[in-house]
Amino acid sequence: MGHNIKMHTKGLDFFYGDFQALENISIEFIENRVTALIGPSGCGKSTYLRCLNRMNDLIPGIRVNGLAMLEQEDIYESSVDVVSLRRRVGMVFQKPNPFPKTIFENIAYGLRVNGLKDKAKITTIVEKSLKQAAIWDEVKERLNESALGLSGGQQQRLCIARALAVDPEVLLMDEPASALDPIATQKIEELISFLSSQLTIIIVTHNMQQAARVSDKTAFFYMGKLIEMNDTDTLFTRPELKQTEDYITGRFG
Amino acid sequence: MKRQSIDKGVHSLFLAIALFSIIFLSLIMLFLFKEGIPIFDFITVKDFLFGQYWYPTDDPADFGIFPLILGSIYVTIVSGLIAIPLGVMTAVYLAEIATPRVAEIVKPIVELMASMPSVIIGFFGMVVVAPFLQQVFNIPVGLNMFNASLMLAFMAIPTICSLCEDAIFSVPTALKEASFALGATHLETIVKVVIPASLSGICTAVILGLSRAIGETMVVLMAAGGAAMIPMSIFDPVRPLPASIAAEMAEAPFRSEHYHALFAIGIVLFVFTFLFNILADYISYRFRQTGEASL
Repeated sequence: MGHNIKMHTKGLDFFYGDFQALENISIEFIENRVTALIGPSGCGKSTYLRCLNRMNDLIPGIRVNGLAMLEQEDIYESSVDVVSLRRRVGMVFQKPNPFPKTIFENIAYGLRVNGLKDKAKITTIVEKSLKQAAIWDEVKERLNESALGLSGGQQQRLCIARALAVDPEVLLMDEPASALDPIATQKIEELISFLSSQLTIIIVTHNMQQAARVSDKTAFFYMGKLIEMNDTDTLFTRPELKQTEDYITGRFG
Repeated sequence: MKRQSIDKGVHSLFLAIALFSIIFLSLIMLFLFKEGIPIFDFITVKDFLFGQYWYPTDDPADFGIFPLILGSIYVTIVSGLIAIPLGVMTAVYLAEIATPRVAEIVKPIVELMASMPSVIIGFFGMVVVAPFLQQVFNIPVGLNMFNASLMLAFMAIPTICSLCEDAIFSVPTALKEASFALGATHLETIVKVVIPASLSGICTAVILGLSRAIGETMVVLMAAGGAAMIPMSIFDPVRPLPASIAAEMAEAPFRSEHYHALFAIGIVLFVFTFLFNILADYISYRFRQTGEASL
């Protein structure tokens, strides 16, 4: 099988001021696969995720060392256009955060800021994205209603549709189901499996069963370090390190 | 048992205090209407509101306050045209663009400016701005509508700016991050997400700022020129409602027609500011939304 590396980091360090939040993280993300990042709270997995689309740039006083590559491009190179990087590397957040606009406008927003003006085209892409995110049937009658009227699970799928609309190559998901009930969670997980054939997904999760269900590869973080990474099946059944085993069997964390 | 009776006593005490302030304010309002309404024995409401001539000391006297109403409205509009963009844009700068250190210094300064006594602003308009306008625009009088509007704008800006800043600052980070994550620039995020999401707060700030301007007396008394005529140009002197009351009350004989007319002007002014505040309440209620993704 030809496993293309879509994104990778090499020796990535991250600092909030003097505090080192990530230490020497090297991970390769395979194209059109799901990689899960697991670990206890505060282990740096979300920070790491936010390094991959430079979302951390918004925080004053941060510093990054090492290499983070999207295909052949160093994303921390000064010549990189952060705005177009974020279009290529989309993101879904922990809490659903739809804009206080209509359902249609939520999806169209990303298209408009990226310069698409053709109305017919926008309408087509909105429909396609909502279908991709498996929410079209629930909202097709109410595209002009406020997105805030949707349930939490619907809002989150709307946010996924919004991220998909700008046609990203990589999708970062920061605990996308942690604020949702089990049924909505199941829908999100089905969606992740479905989408993984089309784009590269990197998902942070606290839920180990979720990591086991949806991902191909799993990386275990602890105290800002990458402890172990392997095929998900292997990591969950035969972890190499005692620390990993302790965590996935629930003995700590 | 004893603690419960203390509790009850405290309740009644607070009720009494609250009632006292409310009753007192209601009495002032009652007095305003009682002293103002008798003027309508001499003149119809229509002639009073839309009469073009205000000659209260002539014989027979003219009590048409249309020039005064127009004076107030024009001055408020022009000061709004100046104060709204400046105030809102300053707020956007402070909440979104300025580094935390700059904002920390500038914000208190803006808020301090709100406490500037209006007589000082009026004095500044009279002594500094008036001669300046006279020279630059080559006009006969520097005390005019434009001068007063400018001074009122500088009074309204701190109010507008600091209330707007609060509204903009309270837009959830999650919304901004969502916009950035879609490849929007900072400017696009401000214009298309942050400002729409804080629009109700911005509107409320603007209206409260302007309602302060419309009721303001000292500045218009000192800087507006005080001519009770319908202005034809922005550089004509005007006599807004509060200025008329303040200037004439001392010389109006007690319970004369002129005296009642001035109180009736007070009623009109009260209706204006009252409507402004109702509008502010309505807008903040109408666009009020709750929750993480609030507008």
